[in-house]
Formats: sequence, C-alpha cells, structure tokens
Amino acid sequence: MAGVSSDTIRSEVSKLKGELPDSIIRELQGSLLRVGKERAIMREQLEEIIKNARQAYTNAMVEPGEAVGTVAAQSIGEPGTQMTLRTFHYAGVAELNVTLGLPRIIEIIDARKTPSAPLMTIFLKEKFGKSKEKAREFAQKIELTTVEDVALQTETDLINIMFVITLNRSRLQRRGLTPTKVASSIKDTFKIDVGVDGYKLRMKPSTATLSELRRLATKVRILPLHGIKGITRVVVKMEKDEYVVYTEGSNLAEVLAMPEVDRARTMTNNIREIGEVLGIEAARNSIINEAVKTLEEQGLEVDLRHMMLAADMMTTSGEVRQVGRHGISGEKASVLARASFEITTKHLVDACVHGERDRLNGIIENVIAGQPIPLGTGSVELVMRREREGGSK
Amino acid sequence: MRIPKVIDGIDFGVMSPEDIRKMSVTKVIAADTYDEDGYPIERGLMDSRLGVVDPGLRCRTCGARAGECPGHFGHVELARQVIHVGYIDTVHDCLRATCRNKNCGRILLSTQKLEEFRKQLEDIKRNGGKWWEVSDQIVRSAATVEKCPHCGEKQLRIKFEKPTTFMEGKNRLTSSDVRERLENIKDDDALLLGIDLKVARPEWMILTVLPVPPVTVRPSITLESGVRSEDDLTHKLVDIIRINQRLAENIEAGAPHLIVEDLWELLQYHVTTYFDNGVSGIPPARHRSGRVLRTLAQRLRGKEGRFRGNLSGKRVDFSARTVVSPDPNISINEIGFPEHIAQILTIPVRVTEYNVEELRNLVRRGTDIYPGANNVISPEGKRYDLRYADREEIANKLEPGFIIERHLKDGDIVIFNRQPSLHRMSIMAHEVRVLPGRTFRLNLCVCPPYNADFDGDEMNVHAPQSEEAQAEARILMRVQEQILSPRFGGPIIGGIQDHITGAYMLTRKGTLLTREQTQQLLAYVGVFPELPKPVVREKGTEYWTGKQIFSMLLPKGLSTTFKAKVCENCARCKEEDCEIDAYVVIRDGQLLNGVIDARSYKALDRCEILDRIVKDYGTTAAREFLDRVTRLSIAAAVMFGFTTSIDDEDIPPEAKERISEIMDKARERVNKLIEVYNAGELEPLPGRSLRETLEMKIMEVLAESRDSAGTIAEKHLGLDNHAVIMARTGARGSMLNLTQMAACVGQQSVRGERLSRGYRRRTLPHYKPDDLGANARGFVSSSYKSGLGPLEFFFHAMGGREGLVDTAVRTAQSGYMQRRLINALQDLRVEYDGTVRDDRGAIVQFTYGEDGVDPARSDKGKAVNVEKLIERIIGGK
Repeated sequence: MAGVSSDTIRSEVSKLKGELPDSIIRELQGSLLRVGKERAIMREQLEEIIKNARQAYTNAMVEPGEAVGTVAAQSIGEPGTQMTLRTFHYAGVAELNVTLGLPRIIEIIDARKTPSAPLMTIFLKEKFGKSKEKAREFAQKIELTTVEDVALQTETDLINIMFVITLNRSRLQRRGLTPTKVASSIKDTFKIDVGVDGYKLRMKPSTATLSELRRLATKVRILPLHGIKGITRVVVKMEKDEYVVYTEGSNLAEVLAMPEVDRARTMTNNIREIGEVLGIEAARNSIINEAVKTLEEQGLEVDLRHMMLAADMMTTSGEVRQVGRHGISGEKASVLARASFEITTKHLVDACVHGERDRLNGIIENVIAGQPIPLGTGSVELVMRREREGGSK
Repeated sequence: MRIPKVIDGIDFGVMSPEDIRKMSVTKVIAADTYDEDGYPIERGLMDSRLGVVDPGLRCRTCGARAGECPGHFGHVELARQVIHVGYIDTVHDCLRATCRNKNCGRILLSTQKLEEFRKQLEDIKRNGGKWWEVSDQIVRSAATVEKCPHCGEKQLRIKFEKPTTFMEGKNRLTSSDVRERLENIKDDDALLLGIDLKVARPEWMILTVLPVPPVTVRPSITLESGVRSEDDLTHKLVDIIRINQRLAENIEAGAPHLIVEDLWELLQYHVTTYFDNGVSGIPPARHRSGRVLRTLAQRLRGKEGRFRGNLSGKRVDFSARTVVSPDPNISINEIGFPEHIAQILTIPVRVTEYNVEELRNLVRRGTDIYPGANNVISPEGKRYDLRYADREEIANKLEPGFIIERHLKDGDIVIFNRQPSLHRMSIMAHEVRVLPGRTFRLNLCVCPPYNADFDGDEMNVHAPQSEEAQAEARILMRVQEQILSPRFGGPIIGGIQDHITGAYMLTRKGTLLTREQTQQLLAYVGVFPELPKPVVREKGTEYWTGKQIFSMLLPKGLSTTFKAKVCENCARCKEEDCEIDAYVVIRDGQLLNGVIDARSYKALDRCEILDRIVKDYGTTAAREFLDRVTRLSIAAAVMFGFTTSIDDEDIPPEAKERISEIMDKARERVNKLIEVYNAGELEPLPGRSLRETLEMKIMEVLAESRDSAGTIAEKHLGLDNHAVIMARTGARGSMLNLTQMAACVGQQSVRGERLSRGYRRRTLPHYKPDDLGANARGFVSSSYKSGLGPLEFFFHAMGGREGLVDTAVRTAQSGYMQRRLINALQDLRVEYDGTVRDDRGAIVQFTYGEDGVDPARSDKGKAVNVEKLIERIIGGK
C-alpha cells in the first residue's frame, strides 16, 4: 500500500504553523520526510503523529503564575556547588588562559567591565584565512608591541639625566621595525629629541629633573609602537580548514574595523564590549552563549531557557545590568525588596526622603508583610458570589 | 470567618517634630530606669506608659498586660538640634546645591535650567519612575557654582567631614546653622533636591525632638542572680538623656561657649551612634564591658538582622526535626514518621456529623495514647488542652462546629526539607507513615533531590494546617510530581547504587531463575502476576530469565531502544549481537534485549526507561515503577549476593611488572625532556615560555603513562568483578577510581600544576634543588592498594588538601551567587497571556523561553520528542 506523498506531509505539517514553534515544525517535517522515503506513512499515521505532536506541545506549556524566575535562578545556582574553582585551564587552545567554572559564571552574572581573561576569536575572510602566511601577517599586525617588547634592556642614566634603551635586533626584525622607526614614534609622542646610535636610543626629558626622567622612562616603556590596543598576545591556529586567530586581550571595535576580518563570526568573551559595539541584543546572546559554554564544559546540564531568562533580565533595560546590588537588585521598584537584599539602612532612609510607596507587588515584600505571595496559586484572586447561605446535606 | 486584612502598600516618610510629639505618650526626662524597689521611674526610660514587658503589670496608656500591649512611643526634647546621620548625604546635597544667602536659599542654577530639570523630573514621576535620580545631576552641577545666579551672592565651598560635620570655608556650620539653611529652601526647590514635600521637609532631617521607642522594643532581661540587664538601646538612650540634661543645664546657667559646644558635640555623638553604631569616622559606642553596642541600624542590617533574619525568614510552629535514615521498603511518596513526633504535630479537623464518633474516640485517647488528639476548640473559640481537661466530658460535648487538633496519622501530608534548599526539590511533600523508631525514614530514591545521605543528616518536617495548604502540598509538591527536574527536564529522582547493580545482575545474560526464586523476588516486590512461559526447561525444572521478571514491572505498550551505560561505544554497533548485551530493546513492555543499568533509571543520568514512563504514562505510573523496580533490584542483589573487597583490585604479577616497567619508562622520558630543556634545545610552544612548555610536556607524558598503566589493569578487571560492575554500570565509582587502586595513582597537583612549593627550589629536602623529575614533583607511581611511599603520601596529602579548601571556598561563593540570582529573578512570573513579567508588570520575555515550554515538562529541553513519536506510531526500524 502506498503511503502519503512528501507534498502531503509538507502541507499537513505546515498546518501547525502558528500553533507550534517553528523549530518543532521544522524538525517534524524533516523527520517525516526522511522516514517517508524509507517506508510508507499511512494517512492515519500522519494524522496521528500530528495530533500527538500538538498534544505533546500543549502538555508541555508553562502554566500561568509559574515562578520561572526563581526556577531559573535555582537551576543556574544549584550546580554551582559542583563546579570547579580552578580559574585557569587550557580549553581547546593550549596556549591561552581561559577562565572556567564557577569564577567564569560569576563573572558573567556580574557583568564585569572586563573579564579576568579577555579573549577574542578572530575569523578571517576566505582569502586570508586559508593562507598561513596571511593569517600570520594579520596576527602580527594586530599584536600590541610596546617599546619594552623590543628592548633588550632599558636604563635611566642618573648622571646625565638620560634614558637609554638598548633594542633587541631579532625582536625588532620579527615585528618589522627599525631603531629609527622606534625613535621617531617616541619623538612624535613626547616631543623630545631621540639620539639613535646603532641599537641604542638616548633621550632626555624636557626638563632635566630626576622625577621628570622617571616619569618619561615609565611612559616610554609602555609606548605602543604598533598593533591594536589591548591585544597583548596572538596565537594562530588551524581549525577545520582555515586559520583562526586567537588573542589575549580584547578590542572588538578596532578588530572589526580591519578589512581582513570576517565580521560575522569574530567573537570576544567580553560581554560589555559586545553590548557597546554590537548592541544589546548581541550582548544578550553573548551572555547566553558564554554561560552555556561554561556550563557545558563542566558537564552540567542546564536548560537553555533558564539562561535566556537570566540574560533577558540582565538586558531588558537596554544596557547590561549586573545581577546584584549595583544592577537588577539595586534598581528594584520595591523599597523592602532592596532593603532586604543589601545595604539595608541606606535604602530605607532614602525611601523616606523621597516619600516612596512600596506597592507590595513583588515576592519578598509580601513575605515580609506576611501575606500570600503573587506567584503560582497565590497569583489567583478569586471573586465568589454566594448564592445561598449555609449548605445542604 | 475572620476576613484577613490585606496590606496594599507601605508609605515611607520623614517624621516632623510635631508628628513625634503627637505620637508621644510622655516626655522622658529622667535618665534612670527603675527605682530601688524595682518599679519604673515616672518619666524615666521605663515609664509604664511606654508599655510593659514585666508580667503582672498593666500598661498605663492602653491598660493591656505584657504581651498584649504593643508599646507606645515617648520623646525627648533636645536642648540643641542634632543632625540625623541617616540623612547626612541628603543634607550635604542640600547645602552644596543651595545659596548661602539667608534671603535667597535657591538652588544655584538659573531658573531656565531648573525648569528644564523640573520638566525632566515630572516626566519620570508621571511614569512612576525614580524621579529623584534627576536630583543627583542637579546637585552635581549646582555644587560647583561659585556665584548664585539668583541673588549674586558669592558661594563658599562646603566641606563634609565624617561623620556629621560641615565646614564652610574655614568656619564650622553648627547644626542650627544647617537647619536654618534647610529651612530656607524654597518649596519648589525641595522636589528638585529629591525631597518629597508631601512626606518630608528638609529641616526635619535635623532633629529637635527625639522619639523614644517603646519598652517592648528594648526589653530588659532579668538574670538568674536577679540583676537587671538593660537593652543596648536603653543604654544609649540613657547616655543621650544624661548629656541632653547637662547641656540644658549649662545653657541655662550661661556656661562658657566652649563647654556648651563640647556638650553639643557629645550629644551629637550619642545620637549618631544611637541610630547607627557603625558609621565611619567615629569610634563605635561601647558597653561597659567593652562590647560594641548593637543600636538601631545594626538591628536591621545583615544576615541575622531584622530584614533577613526575621522578616524574610520566619520561625514557624508545627515543625519537627530529627535524623534521617533509609528505608527501601516505603514508597518514594512516603516518609517514615516516629510515633513520638506524630503525637506532637497536629492537624485541625472540623467536627461534622459524619466524623463525630471517630473524633470522640480520638479525644478520649488524649495526648498520650497514639492516635489521639491534643486540643479541642469549641465553636466559641475556647480552647481545651486535653492534657488537663476531663476528656470524657469534652468528648461527649463534641458536636459539629468544634475543631479538634488530632495527631498525625498515616496518609497525612507533610512537607519535608533538607538544607541547604538549593532548588525546589529540596522541599517536597510526603505522606506520613508512622513507624517505630526515632528517625525520619526516607526512600533511597529521594536522596539525590535532597542531596541527603545518612551519616547524621537531619531534616525538617512541617505539617500544613489548612485544607487549602494540604491540598496544594499534595497536588503540587508531592514527591512523584517532582521526578523531573526543571533544570534539565530529566529525572532527578531515580535508582542509585545497589538499585543499579541489582538490576544489572538480574537482567544480564545467563541469569536463570527457578520458579521458587522467581516467586521469591516477586513476593518481595509485592506483585503477583501470572508468570509468563519459562524460557528454559531442563531436567524437569523450569527457568525464567531475569529479563522476563524485569519486564513484569514495565507498563504495557512501552517501546524504546537505547544503549546501556556499559556500552563500549564500538565503532560499529553490533546491536542485538552485542557481547556485553549493551543494546537495550524494549517492545510493548517486554525487555527483549540488553541489560538494565544507570542509563535506564538512575537519578540524574539519561534515565531512558523512567523518563519515558513519566512522560507517557504519568507520574503515578512512574512512582509505582520506581517503588517496585528498586525493591526488585535489591531483592535480586540480596539473592545473588553482592560484595566488594580489596581483592577486587587484584591483578596478576605479570601485569604489575608491566606497570612498573611503564613507570620506569615514564620517568626516563621525563628525564630526557629535562635534559633537552637544560641543553636549551626545547622548542617552545607558541606563546609559552620554555619552562611552561617543559611542564606541559612532562604532564602529558606522565598522564599518558598513568593511562596506559590503567589500561593494563583494566584488562584484568572483567565484568564478573563486583567493583567493575559498579563502575561500568554507573552504580558507583569509576574505572579511574579502580585503576588508581589497582595500578597507579598518578600526578598530584596544586592549582593545576605539578607540585613545586615547599622548600627553596625543591618540594622536600629529600630531593636535590631544582630537581624537575617525576618523583620530585609529586608523581605517585604506586597504587592505593600497594600503598604509597612516605614521600608519595605527603604529596598526595598536598593535593588532597587543595581539594578540601576548594570545596569550602566554592560553597561560600556559589551560595552568594545563588542568593543574588534569586533576588534578581524572583519577581518574574508567567502571566495568563504567556508573557514573562516582573513585579512592575514590565515584559521581560514575550513568550517564556521563546517557545512557552516548561523545561520540567519538556523532553530534555524539547517540547516534542519527534524521534520517539514517530518510532511509536510508525514503529521502529
């Protein structure tokens, strides 16, 4: 007996559109088409499957009043005790340090300005990514090089009040620099004369005092010669069929501006930076991705929806907010909720001056007041008309 | 019925001096508490108009006795004004931002600018936002203005000195000066400074009158010796009143300016520490004994403060706590309950004409005979304590409308909890089952959600009182409803340890059981089905396979296929022909192929069978399955016998030799690497120093040899070995644990590196300085079984210590993280329109999780398991 045609499958399945999420419809259609090629699917079977899929989805829906926030917080927090505390680990790229485990999760939740180990994964456009030389060249171009990096030694000559740098020849060459180039960039930045003597550079501060000399010395040492600010180390790795550039340090805006870079795939682990450069939606996705990555690496199973909710809460205001007193908890509408979290007295006293009113809409406020909380069965308010007083047997 | 009052909102505001006087029942002038006879001094701090705490006395304000009188405020008229520390920042802002000219007092910004700000502020206010955030900007820009744009007065810089002093240029501003300035602030400007005139005036932040809290807020305690000990607040108030009096007298007597100033400052100090004894800049006030006083702010703050300690978390009645112990024979829904506790915890039952007789009997039995009752409440609300009352008389009086508080009995619902309550499965509802003994008993399957073991763990029980609460607990919180964890959509309640080994031994190939054995097992489970056809008949005896018996517990119609935990992940799966029977096939409730192990029903594992039963047959079926299958497994383990001892890790001498060869070779390879390094010929990895490269290479070599030693040991540890059964089926332990016992423990590490600290340039004085060899840096080549050498033992302890420290630090860190997460997310809930909103009603997600699916009801995160659905309806391959 012949089964239904693939067109029938398509049209029948697509009737679910709007009712079920697209991802499920796509999966259902794909699987049915695949099975249909091997064996015949009867009309009744197809209908049964679609009916069941609809039923399964309806059964799996969240119920109104469900405390999804608390569940999400617990689901992310509970496995925290099982995570490692080891900060640095070598994941994937053996050459670079990566923050992992509990410290990384805390870092994400904290929405720190800069993570403790900022890291970029730079993908290159086809013609650069396929060639080892071009990838290397690019890597060299973005790596931040300071005077200190190319110096063999530096000394402050206190007698002549002079700062002397002895440059390292091979390091200079590797970075495509010459002593004159270094000298001229020092000259341009500090507006002082630099004497070049082979690989020795001599310079005097504008005013000949010892303190001025020391100031100059420290400033010259960290003077960037070329590269991108923040990118301190670069590693080129072959991955699948292309070369990928990994960097320690992150500067998304400037890296994305480079013509060699594949902007769609290049990533950084600095969430705040993503928010600033690419916008809040990107930051939200990046929070989810980073959290999932960290949890997965630890072998902990946490549903994606929990991370989504946490990320959405962190980003609803339009900027990345921390989970804690300087972010979400500090900006709560309720005085009592804020006071019961941290910095109790300050919140109470300020509320008095401002004449705030706590509307008791949240959870903790109602716990404090000793009332049912507006969650789950407590979120239902029942109005009942008493038709008849008393009962009958 | 009493209709409960509902608090709709709470307003915050500053009290005006008039408010304080109006609410006061008496002026307090005496700095003393009690007279010689122990009676409260009139107009003293313990004046009986302020309320009573001692039994027997009556409050002179409301006439109520101790415990009923809520207490009443008094007040102290301060001889000089004093700044309230809590408002010091706001006062500072007001001073900085306003003109110093008495006749002006405006904010130091042009009218136009102020109007702009006002507009901005009112916009926010209209939308219910935090309008006072605008005032921060206003203050910031006004503070730097040097000339008043309104009157042209030149402004001086106001310097704030912690905690309560203001300097203007070189002159010090007294509290009266400050108050004068604040009084001068125009009404229109106050709002711009963040002060809501409806509830506060700027000058109210300077105190002229101090409220004295009721005695009930600061009760004194009588020690055993009869000595009275006053509360810290009372001590502080005594100080304030005393200094206040002295100050008043001195002013009256026209004392020199300097003395008055000093006393004024002292008064300021006392009032400041009375409000907050932890402000920076001044030494905290101390008790005579040197203990730091716990004043108002300290009472509210912190973990044990009023907010976190008493308001967010409250002590409750109807609760019990004792040690927990296991009972494999009760259902996962049940809790074994000591009779003694059942006699103390009660549930109120309303007398109806249907249950009068039953309840009369309970009343007659009283408090001491189990099942009895403890209290009877008459319809008028009179309470009879059955310990003392004439029970027979009360029992005869019972009629509909009475409420009796009866002992807990089998089938009652109670709430069971183990701290730390990290997720919602830490608190679940169980059905009472009264058992002899003094501990709470729980089924072993519920250990994972509570994270309980029986090494002395204690747990708490709460008995919900109202029918509503009991119904909610039963429907929403019962253990069987919590089998699936919302964290990942898989079972968190399931078999553990022996449940897995037992099931494995029963279902593995070659398990044949006689009729007697079969009956024995099923009797233990408590099911008596008709036996299927025996598969083997030999010399007149019939034999059944373990799989057949296991199948009797599976629901009809269950079909699934999966790979067991013991599966070795061969490159090409032999499916039904697998030597170790790792390919599990279940068709229509019959286990046709494969062994049952962790994959099938272990908690927190993939749980293929249990998972399907919960999702396709419901939680009741799942509970029944779990109760039965664990009993069967344990019965099987008892029948076949299961034990493990140190000779489970025995390996033949040849293998030991091979292993020690590998170890020697590893050491040699490490030495070679070090030589290469010393010769400067080591090629560094990109971005790493030579030393780091060396370490990484050495670690790699040692890890590799540890693994190959393990592999050799594993070859001699087959699936007939009980320790191996536990590891391979996923019941307990891992192959790594076993190889560490049998072959080699491996590298010890601290912070992910080989051990390096201790002595200068070496770990221990037994080695030469800078020895980088395997042994010198904590490689343990012995096995646990053969025993560790003294040096190895020490290194092992180093690694072990890090583990302990790590655990301690981690619990603290993750605990705080969870507290923050909960606090940030707790107000979110799903609304009837499917959106997720916070307590303001602001939408956070338009559809929960982008598809509206509850992870606890999902199939591993997916709403519909398409594969299984198609397999079920069209049939397997």
